[in-house]
Amino acid sequence: MNAPPSNPNRFRRRYAMAATVLGAVAFFAAAAAHAGPAGRHRAEPPARSEFGLGPRVSAAGHYTATLQPAASLRQRELQSVRVRIADAEGHAVDGATIEVDGGMPQHGHGLPTRPRVTKSFGEGLYEIEGVRFNMGGWWVFSLAITGSAGTDKVTFNIQL
Amino acid sequence: MTTKRILAALAALCVASVSAAPGGGDRWTAEQIEVIGSLSLAALGAPPADPTNRVADDAEAAALGRRFFFDARLSSNGLVACATCHEPALGFQDGKPLAKGVGETRRRAMPIAGMAHSPFLFWDGRKDSQWAQALGPLESAVEHGGNRAQYAHVVADHYAAEYERVFGALPDLSRVPREAGSVENANAREAWARLDETQRDAVTGVFVNIGKAIAAYERTIELQRSRFDEYADALRATGRAPSNVLSSEEVAGLRLFVGEANCTRCHNGPLLTNNDFHNTGVPARAGSQPDVGRLAGAADVLRDEFNCRSRWSDAGAAQCAELEFLVADAESLAGAFKAPSLRNVAARAPYMHAGQIATLGDVLDHYNRAPAAQVGQSELEPLGLSAAQLHQIEAFLRALGGEPVE
Repeated sequence: MNAPPSNPNRFRRRYAMAATVLGAVAFFAAAAAHAGPAGRHRAEPPARSEFGLGPRVSAAGHYTATLQPAASLRQRELQSVRVRIADAEGHAVDGATIEVDGGMPQHGHGLPTRPRVTKSFGEGLYEIEGVRFNMGGWWVFSLAITGSAGTDKVTFNIQL
Repeated sequence: MTTKRILAALAALCVASVSAAPGGGDRWTAEQIEVIGSLSLAALGAPPADPTNRVADDAEAAALGRRFFFDARLSSNGLVACATCHEPALGFQDGKPLAKGVGETRRRAMPIAGMAHSPFLFWDGRKDSQWAQALGPLESAVEHGGNRAQYAHVVADHYAAEYERVFGALPDLSRVPREAGSVENANAREAWARLDETQRDAVTGVFVNIGKAIAAYERTIELQRSRFDEYADALRATGRAPSNVLSSEEVAGLRLFVGEANCTRCHNGPLLTNNDFHNTGVPARAGSQPDVGRLAGAADVLRDEFNCRSRWSDAGAAQCAELEFLVADAESLAGAFKAPSLRNVAARAPYMHAGQIATLGDVLDHYNRAPAAQVGQSELEPLGLSAAQLHQIEAFLRALGGEPVE
């Protein structure tokens, strides 16, 4: 499993345990859950198992994508991420068009840059350049893939 | 230590109903220690290379740039230098709501230390290198007020030998008038239009090199460690909070800073900024036009005469990734301004892009209330923190002091 570099859920779980012991945190957690004006931008992060760099199956099941950053994903720096794409039978998908999108569902904003695929290496491997995460937290990183099996979207949940 | 921890736990239990600080006191989880460590100056490292400026790390260029920085001959009235608004004694800023050169600007002077780490400069990020940034005020009608031919002559008259050691031979300026440039001043503009392209390029080349020397100097202006850094480094090294480095109020403020108050959304990393642009709903100064900030700045940097892709840049096109992947058309850019570094922030009142907010306490009150934006949409949500909690954050911010040094 490609665990995110710093796992939020482990963080939350330990946090919650500490809270139970000390009591004080129950108050804090409740306050945090209700922070913000009626949750203008609030969206709940998915289960821990939904986080990571893949392999992730696209919404309609046409593709599987795996993110392969050169180093672990980090905040602030402009970075490149390779992605390997296969079809439902596990065959490499070459010649696909890939559109990159994403953002932070809890904050209602998109990616701070406009990353795009700049190279393809064959065997289903592509390079996405211009990726930046400007804050910690839950990010969504999605790839709209148009290839031999049609257009389908893979969505990654990443914790920075 | 164990006894202390037990006591701390007991104390936390006792105040459970009123405390909003999980773990309380000086106890941190491994993940919190990681976050706090990531804010330490020790995590900063050297500035990234600046491929747009071939003399960025040249000591002789920096020495020359330092002289330019303090030279008021580089202005229309002989009274304004870079150091006028970026006073070393004030942490390379001026303490004024709006910067004042030969006239008054519409924004607050920004500090310089650590800016070599920032991909975009100015509150709206309309420049993408320190040298391109330095050239802006020189030709602004309200800052230095002069023009590039004037500045090229200053270099030829007063700095010829030093300049030539760094940049090679000066061009022949004997037929270039002393006032010429594409600036607001009509005489200088007309004179500029009369020059042929070779003359204009010769003048601009010297002008650009003034900027590159100043940038080389500015890269050497470093931040000093603060009490917070001492705390963070000891915490990271031992897993335990050091005693007598931060007060309990400052520690409580740090806990809010990395937690409930959401400060590290934007003020993250060792400079306590993500160097990005955010709409925080800060109202315009009374009587001022609303400012669209990054929305204009993003468009400006793409067409800037001196950007990374320009012929004045020493970078190859492939080295201009910041421009290549820039978002220039998102709604979120309207009313967004650069998140400034919080290092030394207590010594830098008044605050925000036009000095609209007088004190740190008022800044925190703004974030706590999160008013709607006049331009675009604020990213903030009300925090619902108590006055005591805001004081704790303020106390923590005051522990981020450390005067920049050359």
